[in-house]
Amino acid sequence: MPETMPVAYDSKIEGNVIFTKLDAAMNWMRKNSLWPMPMGLACCAIELMAAGASRYDIARFGAEVMRFSPRQSDVMIVAGTVTYKMALAVKRIWDQMPEPKWCIAMGACASSGGMYRSYAVLQGIDHLIPVDVYVSGCPPRPEALLEGLMKLQRKIDAEPALREQKREFLASFSGTAH
Amino acid sequence: MAAASISSAVTAISGKFKVLKKTEFRGETTLQVERTEIKELARFCKDELGFTYLLDVSGVDNFGEEPRFEVVYELYHFEAGLHLRLKISVSEDELEVPTVSDIWATADWHEREAYDMYGIKFAGHPELTRILMWEGYPFHPLRKDFPLAGRPSEMPDVAFSQPAPLAGGPFVTVPSAATTKDREPRSREIP
Repeated sequence: MPETMPVAYDSKIEGNVIFTKLDAAMNWMRKNSLWPMPMGLACCAIELMAAGASRYDIARFGAEVMRFSPRQSDVMIVAGTVTYKMALAVKRIWDQMPEPKWCIAMGACASSGGMYRSYAVLQGIDHLIPVDVYVSGCPPRPEALLEGLMKLQRKIDAEPALREQKREFLASFSGTAH
Repeated sequence: MAAASISSAVTAISGKFKVLKKTEFRGETTLQVERTEIKELARFCKDELGFTYLLDVSGVDNFGEEPRFEVVYELYHFEAGLHLRLKISVSEDELEVPTVSDIWATADWHEREAYDMYGIKFAGHPELTRILMWEGYPFHPLRKDFPLAGRPSEMPDVAFSQPAPLAGGPFVTVPSAATTKDREPRSREIP
């Protein structure tokens, strides 16, 4: 089945019944309402704000609800230079975000330390938290961030939504069998 | 008696305090003064001469020389538009300078930065803690014997640091009499 048609559609019963897989339906909901945790640490945050404003309008991709509370957010956009002093605060906020969660490393600094090869800067946020999408640029244009966001949406679409639950279910099943 | 010109300010200062060296460079005046007198001199400059604004306090590490460190005070006189620079030498054995944060409040954070980066202590400072690096970081990173890439440090639950890979940057010049080919900025692994 092509990627763009995860939902079976019949015009005769329009608006009433949809047949789909549970995973596909959940992924469809997840990927189109990604609430970002804007971890704005440097100049990339300015481009992140531009991506959120009317010209580039991140709302077109369902990610306009910038949540400054980690408990309500789905994707952490690490935008900017991560210093060692800030690194553990970023990690702590990441740990406070509920599953499922994703991470976009926006720009050269968050991806690799960028030009800051120095004593004070963590050489890439992937030393601390798992990164799903790296966006290149110094800073990246808002289009680049949106492309990264779409890439993340495609990635979410491809993963089994109930992976953890399935694993637990199978574990409990095998537990009772033995 | 507010100073009307930089020369009258210098005359007033040298009449009351010991000026070790006076340097003029491109219209900027630098006075090398005694470390023990800096507090009184700072008060004199502010209250008597009218240098009400402290632009910056910074440290300098002249590694390999004695005395090793310097503290530089940049003073500004708003009414007359005068700029005066005061320098004191600090040896490594006696790394303590009287604070001027009770004279110019802005010196508070500048002195904390100098303490953080060079380890120069400021006696009488209200809260002499690190300002850029985290509390407990064992090094003073702007000292010349600290490698550009950093040193590993471990502070569980506070922070940590690892040496940064220098391949590909930053670009460092090496001062020498060699040709431009060897002198020019390039990435170098610094031990």
